[in-house]
Amino acid sequence: MLSFDDLTVRYGRVVALDGVSGGVAESEWLGLIGPNGAGKTTLLNAIAQLLASAGNVIIGGQRANGLRRRQLARLIAYVPQRPVLPPDMTVSDYVLLGRTAHIGYLRNETSNDRRVCASVIERLDLRLMAGRQLRAMSGGELQRVVLARALAQEAPVLLLDEPTSALDLGRRMEALELIDEVRRERSLAVLSAIHDLTLAGQFASRLMLLAGGRIAATGPPAEVLREELLGLHFGPAVQVMTADNGDIAVISRRQSRGASTRTSAG
Amino acid sequence: MTATAPRQGRGRGPAAGAAPESRDRHQAASPPDNGSLLAADSRSADTAAVPAGSSGAALIRRIRPGRAIAIASAALIVAVILGTAIGPADLSVPQVLDAIAVRLPWHPHLAVSALDTAIVWQIRLPRVILGVLVGSMLAGGGAAYQGVFRNPLADPYLLGVAAGAGLGATFVIVSGADPALTPPAAFAGAVVAVALTYLLGASAGRGGEPAGARSATSSMLLAGIAVAAMLTALQTYLQEQHTQILAYVYAWILGGLSAATWSDVWLILPYVAVSAIALLAHRRLLDVLRVGEDEAATLGVNVARLRLAVVVAATLGVAAAVSVSGLIGFVGIIVPHAVRMTAGPSYRVLLPVSMIGGAAFLVLADIVARTAQAPAEVPIGVITALIGGPFFLFVLTSRRARLGL
Repeated sequence: MLSFDDLTVRYGRVVALDGVSGGVAESEWLGLIGPNGAGKTTLLNAIAQLLASAGNVIIGGQRANGLRRRQLARLIAYVPQRPVLPPDMTVSDYVLLGRTAHIGYLRNETSNDRRVCASVIERLDLRLMAGRQLRAMSGGELQRVVLARALAQEAPVLLLDEPTSALDLGRRMEALELIDEVRRERSLAVLSAIHDLTLAGQFASRLMLLAGGRIAATGPPAEVLREELLGLHFGPAVQVMTADNGDIAVISRRQSRGASTRTSAG
Repeated sequence: MTATAPRQGRGRGPAAGAAPESRDRHQAASPPDNGSLLAADSRSADTAAVPAGSSGAALIRRIRPGRAIAIASAALIVAVILGTAIGPADLSVPQVLDAIAVRLPWHPHLAVSALDTAIVWQIRLPRVILGVLVGSMLAGGGAAYQGVFRNPLADPYLLGVAAGAGLGATFVIVSGADPALTPPAAFAGAVVAVALTYLLGASAGRGGEPAGARSATSSMLLAGIAVAAMLTALQTYLQEQHTQILAYVYAWILGGLSAATWSDVWLILPYVAVSAIALLAHRRLLDVLRVGEDEAATLGVNVARLRLAVVVAATLGVAAAVSVSGLIGFVGIIVPHAVRMTAGPSYRVLLPVSMIGGAAFLVLADIVARTAQAPAEVPIGVITALIGGPFFLFVLTSRRARLGL
């Protein structure tokens, strides 16, 4: 569904992305992991054509850089890490923004656009909040609202940049489960940067480990979430544990507990 | 409660979170299968708050600016009637209405003196109508600029319209050319200034790494400041070289409608009409832009094209307005904000209501300008700030404003 080939992005002299290639198939979830500054957001922005990049992005057989914004927005929906949420906008108006690419220039939304938004709002259990202003929503609710806007785009590719970074542990799980459900229902190709390595392993079909703008490893979670590999890029404190059911948990060990205790005691 | 009532009233269908008193409407609007459910438990506010019927589009309320437009239009009609009725010649409102009607087609037979008709049609109406056109452009242009630059401090003079128009007008006055050339020169100066700002700002923004328009906005604002400073310096220089025309230039820059004629109205009407239609056509896209340029781009908006279209439309209208009225300050910034705080922030409401409200505001300000010290006139810019300022502060500190709207 989505493939990118030899993507390179430079910020002045800094090479933020260096010849990254890969792809996401229909119904597949590719998780982007890597330390801060590895190029995860840059890769997402380059795919969404928000950054000038060398290399090719192909979506559904079409080269992305030859497409107009409208055409692109019908193919890719993007949930940024920190979306702008006008506090006085209502949930339904915000979700309706997702229909922009389907509404003619200078025209207004049709009843079909409203129907699509209504069904997305129903699907994400936002019905009771449809008339509420965004200011009155909690972090977990806002995450669903932003996802609803993305789903209203009816694009086959969904890009997510750290979709759960602002959520507590329980909401994080709920949000990812929801994304996983709609991925299956709609056969979406999902590409998401995920900070939490344990959750990345639980939800993504494949992982791509970026480091310094390059691909350090890619493959099924069990192959990528290996202690020596992660230790190389995240530091030696990383510990990988495998639960009985095969789930992989990645935790960080505190190195010098005794020293720190003494410091705080003194 | 009173302040929030219009928002709820705007929706036709069942509204989530609606107050219990709107329950009747919910029942009336709900499909039969759910109607009984609601009726069975009609005392529960919770039930009333749940939109009846999951079927589709009723959940998504359309933004309907109708009510706010109606209120603003009523204010405009009152302003126009007052503006035509008030003046040194003591005419009553019925006399004025008769005098207006007598020139209209299919009018009833009326006994109106020729003098009254002349006063109304030759002196008062052109001034009022010109105020309507100028006020609507200043306020509409301000609202559009605030939207496209996502900056609440934006006003229609932001990209150099004022400095360019001032230089053009000063040039004509200094050169001793036919004063009739002042409006075209001011118009040309304003358009050239904005074009210069736009080209410089856009090329500076393109130097950055993003393919999108991320940095174009701020570089455009900075270019506007530089262009305005240069043109104002030129204008000041010209003016100081010819001190004998200082008062005349100063009067033009302060702005006013005292010299209004029908030919002014016909001169700017095409620009105002095209500008208003073009700006209104972009109102939904300005709403999309509220989530920022990058997100608007991922939603399918060509931000650079949107910005160009809005700036061109606003500039044509504002430059035309300024060319006949001079530089009337404050209207372009307070009217859109007052509308935003009372009628809501959606540009689908904001743009049309600002245009109508700006027209009403300027006509009312002009009445004060010409009556406060009659027979002398107070510069209208003084009035817009003196009565607009307190009004704006009142709106700012009112209940809704404290909620952060």
